[in-house]
Amino acid sequence: MTGTFSKWRKVKSGLVSALCFLCAALVISPLGLVFFHLLREGASSVNWNFFTSLPKPVGEPGGGMANAIAGTFELLGLAACIGVPTGVLGGVYLSEYGNARTNWLLRFICDILNGVPSIIWGIVVYGLIVLQTKTFSAYAGGVALGFIMIPLIIRTTEEVLLLVPNGYREAALALGIARWKMTVHVVLKTALKGIVTAVLLALARVAGETAPLLFTAFGNRFWNHSLRDPVAALPLQIFTYAISPYDDWHRQAWAGALVLVSMIFVVNVAVRMLTRSRSVMAK
Amino acid sequence: MNPALLPMEPLAPDRKSAVTLAASKLPRSSAELECAFDVNDLSVWYGAKQTIFDTEIQLPAKSVSAIIGPSGCGKSTFLRCLNRMHELIPNARMTGSIKLFGDDLYAPTVDPCLVRRRVGMVFQKSNPFPTMSIGENVIVGLRLNGVRNRSFLDERMEKALRMAALWDEVKNDLNRPGISLSGGQQQRLCIARAIAVEPEIILMDEPCSALDPIATAKIEELIYELKKDYTIVIVTHNMQQAGRCSDFTAFFYLGRLIEFGKTEKIFTNPNEKRTEDYITGRFG
Repeated sequence: MTGTFSKWRKVKSGLVSALCFLCAALVISPLGLVFFHLLREGASSVNWNFFTSLPKPVGEPGGGMANAIAGTFELLGLAACIGVPTGVLGGVYLSEYGNARTNWLLRFICDILNGVPSIIWGIVVYGLIVLQTKTFSAYAGGVALGFIMIPLIIRTTEEVLLLVPNGYREAALALGIARWKMTVHVVLKTALKGIVTAVLLALARVAGETAPLLFTAFGNRFWNHSLRDPVAALPLQIFTYAISPYDDWHRQAWAGALVLVSMIFVVNVAVRMLTRSRSVMAK
Repeated sequence: MNPALLPMEPLAPDRKSAVTLAASKLPRSSAELECAFDVNDLSVWYGAKQTIFDTEIQLPAKSVSAIIGPSGCGKSTFLRCLNRMHELIPNARMTGSIKLFGDDLYAPTVDPCLVRRRVGMVFQKSNPFPTMSIGENVIVGLRLNGVRNRSFLDERMEKALRMAALWDEVKNDLNRPGISLSGGQQQRLCIARAIAVEPEIILMDEPCSALDPIATAKIEELIYELKKDYTIVIVTHNMQQAGRCSDFTAFFYLGRLIEFGKTEKIFTNPNEKRTEDYITGRFG
């Protein structure tokens, strides 16, 4: 009797373990498949030229996406200028200053904004900037990406700041330190790693956005010389090349996708290492 | 913190309870000593819940006053009123007055930061700032209050660490992180941090409750040393500790001050039955 009982129990335990393993594998496999497929299709086209030269016209061999890679960094820089200060300060407000009611409202709005499809941001910025200035431009693209970053960073910053134990705030205030100094020198300093992580993850997230750039940054086959001109970006270039009917452009699109995914992968791994070496709280 | 958040109601003598009257009839145990804190008609609410009722007490200067009582009796709340730390809790509200050497701490023009400069605090859980070294932890109060002079800061750092009986243990490791110290050392580091800004009063909220007996003994020795220069108010759950290191003892029960007097008196011959019951361990 005990024998059959324990056997059945082991079978159940084995079934549940197998099911969990299967689900875990299902979660991980897309990443592996995507990466493997990109490597197979794109690796052959990733070479020195890809990183250093401009796109070539159809039919001409060689050529690269140097302008798109530079453009992506340019757009990320602009987006960070808007998204990081606003997002971090907003997170500070939520965690350190706001009262319960406004906080509830702000969190609710941020969560809704986080769920807004990114193309909507493109349209908003198109209306706000592109229509007013009558030109696609790098800063319109940067603003669109920055808008996407703001609610992301607000929420993650708030969560990181809430992890700072209240005892540190009280200790600082009990020394007669003014509240804003306490916030800057104690709370933000303690949570710095967490905030850097939040910012990097937000940057990695918007680095892959295509839709908000379609009618803001627009894309450009040449170097961008002014923030008022359209600018290329990796996702945009991939999009343009992928929907073209030319085989060599397809190969370039695969290579671009591989580079983009690798960049995001590297940022994520860097963030993991940064947070693992000493945890967010350093304790 | 906006002082306007705390409505200061005029004192209402008719609200005085029997307990307050009993307390005010106490012989001025501080007669020979200057009065540091003069607390009158103190009542505190968290939201709708009142946690301290019409408390009146005079805490003498340059001595150690212990506050004892069962959990939830308002000891910590009372202590936090003395340096306006209770204001940090949302919905906290108080009435009555607290004077420190004659200065009203709750006057509308008084900046709570300045109150806290005069009345330092050490907490139950040691909390050195994790991003700062041992040395930085000690002088952070001065530095963030605008002191720039490096030699002055170093001087104060050494002085505070010596007073906290920590200097010999850490003088070669001032650049190590504050949280690398042991629990007892961390608590002494927090005491050093509090005395580095040279307050007039040090409040201690169960400073030894997380420490082993040896570290506790060190802190108690330290308290004994510090009372030469400072007025110390200590909340403790440990009756032996109150008996060992305090000159005066206040017994709180259910938000009311039951009895206040010289520690020997409270522990050997209290006026109130409830005090005796608590001290002899019949409840609480």
